[in-house]
Amino acid sequence: MKFDTPATTNPIDQLKVVGKPTDRIDGPLKTTGKATYAYEWHDVAPNVAYGWVIGSGIAKGRIASMDLEAARKAPGVVAIVTAENAGPLDKSKRNTATLLGGPEIEHYQQAVALVVAETFEQARTAAGLVRIDYTPADGAYDLAAVKDKAEKTKDGDSVVGDFAGAFAAAPVKLDETYTTPDESHAMMEPHATIAAWEGDRLTVWTSNQMIDWMVTDLSATLKMPKDKVRVISPFIGGGFGGKLFLRADALLAALGAREAGRPVKVGLSRPLMMNNTTHRPATIQRVRIGATPDGTITAIAHEGWSGNLPGGSEETATDQTRLLYAGANRLIGNRIATLDLPEGNAMRAPGEASGMMALEVAMDEMAEKLGMDPVEFRIRNDTQTDPADPNRAFSQRQLVQCLRLGAERFGWAKRNPQPGQVRDGRWLVGLGVAAAFRNNLLTKSAARVRLDQRGIVTVETDMTDIGTGSYTIIAQTAAEMMGVGLDKVAVRLGDSSFPVSAGSGGQWGANNATAGVYAACVKLREAVAQKLGVNSADAQFADGQVVAGNRKIPLAEAAGADGLSAEDGIEYGDLDKKYQQSTFGAHYVEAAVDSATGEIRVRRMLAVCAAGRILNPKSARSQVIGAMTMGVGAALMEELALDKRTGFFVNHDLAGYEVPVHADIPHQEVIFLDETDPISSPMKAKGVGELGLCGVGAAVANAVHNATGLRVREYPITLDKFLDRLPAMG
Amino acid sequence: MRPFTYERADSPAAAAAAVQRRPGAKFIAGGTNLLDLMKLEIETPAHLIDVNGLKLDTLEATPDGGLRIGALVRNTALAADPRVRRDYSVLSRALLAGASGQLRNKATTAGNLLQRTRCPYFYDTNQPCNKRQPGSGCAAIGGYSRQLAVVGSSDACIATHPSDMAVAMRALDATVETVRADGTTRTIPIAEFHRLPGDTPHIETALVPGELITAVTLPKPVGGTHVYRKVRDRASYAFALVSVAAVVQRDGSGRVAVGGVAHRPWRVEAAEAEMPRGAKAVTAGLLADAKPTHDNAFKLTLVERTLASVLAEAKG
Repeated sequence: MKFDTPATTNPIDQLKVVGKPTDRIDGPLKTTGKATYAYEWHDVAPNVAYGWVIGSGIAKGRIASMDLEAARKAPGVVAIVTAENAGPLDKSKRNTATLLGGPEIEHYQQAVALVVAETFEQARTAAGLVRIDYTPADGAYDLAAVKDKAEKTKDGDSVVGDFAGAFAAAPVKLDETYTTPDESHAMMEPHATIAAWEGDRLTVWTSNQMIDWMVTDLSATLKMPKDKVRVISPFIGGGFGGKLFLRADALLAALGAREAGRPVKVGLSRPLMMNNTTHRPATIQRVRIGATPDGTITAIAHEGWSGNLPGGSEETATDQTRLLYAGANRLIGNRIATLDLPEGNAMRAPGEASGMMALEVAMDEMAEKLGMDPVEFRIRNDTQTDPADPNRAFSQRQLVQCLRLGAERFGWAKRNPQPGQVRDGRWLVGLGVAAAFRNNLLTKSAARVRLDQRGIVTVETDMTDIGTGSYTIIAQTAAEMMGVGLDKVAVRLGDSSFPVSAGSGGQWGANNATAGVYAACVKLREAVAQKLGVNSADAQFADGQVVAGNRKIPLAEAAGADGLSAEDGIEYGDLDKKYQQSTFGAHYVEAAVDSATGEIRVRRMLAVCAAGRILNPKSARSQVIGAMTMGVGAALMEELALDKRTGFFVNHDLAGYEVPVHADIPHQEVIFLDETDPISSPMKAKGVGELGLCGVGAAVANAVHNATGLRVREYPITLDKFLDRLPAMG
Repeated sequence: MRPFTYERADSPAAAAAAVQRRPGAKFIAGGTNLLDLMKLEIETPAHLIDVNGLKLDTLEATPDGGLRIGALVRNTALAADPRVRRDYSVLSRALLAGASGQLRNKATTAGNLLQRTRCPYFYDTNQPCNKRQPGSGCAAIGGYSRQLAVVGSSDACIATHPSDMAVAMRALDATVETVRADGTTRTIPIAEFHRLPGDTPHIETALVPGELITAVTLPKPVGGTHVYRKVRDRASYAFALVSVAAVVQRDGSGRVAVGGVAHRPWRVEAAEAEMPRGAKAVTAGLLADAKPTHDNAFKLTLVERTLASVLAEAKG
């Protein structure tokens, strides 16, 4: 189905199932331990052996020698895979570093060997017996040190008007630099894969967000035809962008299984994950804003620097600034430098998550300079069109409504604009606000739908559920379209033998994957109508029946003994070129700062989101509160601590890399504006899982400033960065 | 993890003798630290002697009005004991500030004292570490050291002791009772139990090989207001940046021990004379010989401010 004109009324608009707060249909499987995660397929691959990955002990250089003798002789060892015996491997275009290193080493903990043994314990023990001598080489590890060598990215700068002239002439100016650290996805489930070969065919049971990318990358890396690779990943214990494409676990499981001649299971250990897999790269961001005294922005510049391995991509931290606020003169761009750190890549809301942490603090600082309320300052500079192209409107943009409603619900009027004035015992208390912004991305997505003689509708698509609730919204979509209850819908996901979907990433999964299911259901409705000899446009699908004229036929009967099946997908025209499609929101945070120790504790949070139709308010709320929690982590504690001498992330476990715990997360509230976006898809929905993160960190930072009067422009905001500026102790 | 053999001991003296008999043997009780370290091959014992069955899990009053805590009393039980809550509440609060409920259910009193450092370089076997591999060097010096020691450190090691419980024990002048392989027992004051790193950071306590902790004894209660304040980046389940255990009397005198700053719970009795004069004066004495790194110099200010807050709270 081609979607190239805005949606009109369609069966989804009935909202009998879609739009209702709905429990996850996969919930009982998860709460009873029956949902099979990658490492837990105990029956599919008999005689499985276990692989343990050895990562490089240096960040850059060469392996001088590798002594495998003791490991080979260790009890239970079946095989050892290294670059020497792995056979020829390609690198897929999505991988920056090779997944099996040696003799050249590109980053710390780059995999250099897989030890396969009869048991997990034997593999791990034998791996400890492998002796590797390295010849280290000098590397570049510190972004600040190589910043001046950074180059503009291929997208180039976005230049509108004359920024330099307008900024110089602006009566009120801000010029500040902000930094965000390297961050780790730190998802609950480690990367894990079971691989089994049958002749020249390979099956992997793995944990992956983008099934078709995985098939493409794995087959390309192994130099084999794509149709010989099957990927199965129905349940995923969190990914956050860390499982978008092929990683070492899957490649090494496949190589290990080939070498061992039997299935092999590989999970990455937590300490390995932090340096072996991808991370959100650190940024340095300079923001300049010029305005007239009434708060009208006349000039805005946002430049961002990040680093990556040669060939790696940049963190697009400045991109939202092209679209978020008005301003006639603009200069926006990203720069990239070479660093020999582990590979930087996507982590939840890549670009905006980091960029909003800078831009939205700069807006707060500018409001303060102007003597304006930060909510009003943002509203003053709202734009309903792309600032670089006034003819290009936003499909929907309710930023102002989000800010206003949030201010009212949060009690913003009670905020003392003078910082450092509100005390509650030993705590300094402040309120902060930030806008939320994340683009809505359109990408094609297909599904297959079957109707059987029991009236059961089965949906199959390679879409994934990374904990987001995909199973449920897909079931809701099919139920709405076919006029059945959720109990008559079965959803099967995460298998490369199913039609290719949008997958999970970039908050595009919900809208695109359900639109694909919608398309397939439209086709199935036509097949049903045709079978019954009625005009599909006249047929009503409701209560498990097809009603056409004075006829009422149960769906089960229409299916007949052979059932009916349809496959289709959604494809998009140029509506995302004609219109700018984005999601908006407002984050409000109350934070308290211990006046003695500087410890920061968030007290209250509110997010107001305008993100098109909310398909399942219950799972959407889960997504947003999870994102808000992640935003607190980014603001206050998350940082991959870098050893700048030797180029590795030092705090490589969950004791050292702190993410919020329950005690850090207080009352959270989420409000969704009642919105539909007919330009987005037939579902009129957009993404929300990343919107919930974008801006949270800045709202926390702004609350801390309101509490203390202090600005910390280096995330995370930890007490060591401002302790000496707190008021003296009495 | 290296393969190991395992046995259960049936008496403290037998356990001590068994460890001494087998080179590379270690005791295991709660296992909340040792097992993690074994998985990472930071600890590689060839033999484990399980002491969980030794009936050292009771609390009893001592004749002089103190409290004797069996080595195997779990952290949860110790924190909840009515006598501890009433007479030694700084200990109860310190325990509850540490780890998680699940860990406290397993972790023992003796094991808590024997926790290894959380220095991240200790945890990475690719990195030199004098504590893990004597003589290999210290990657933490000049590296990422925000969490590490500011006082009592050496050119060989800047690790800290991670325990909260031990900081309170230090403030309470606890004593450690042990049995050695030859069956003899002794009592070690907590002040002498943990060592400074010097040039042998791998030797962390006064225990000799084979020596088993059987109990920790608290002297009779000293009264006063008990406060334990743990400062950390997140609200729970994190090691202290610094922590302060204080017992403050009505006249402003008292005791202070500090965690998160040194290779052992840090207390300088001479500095306590300054308590009526406030946190600044006490801290000056406590941290007189501090040698912080660039990353952790903030701890000097943090100790003083935290102590000031604690003293204000104690005053009510």
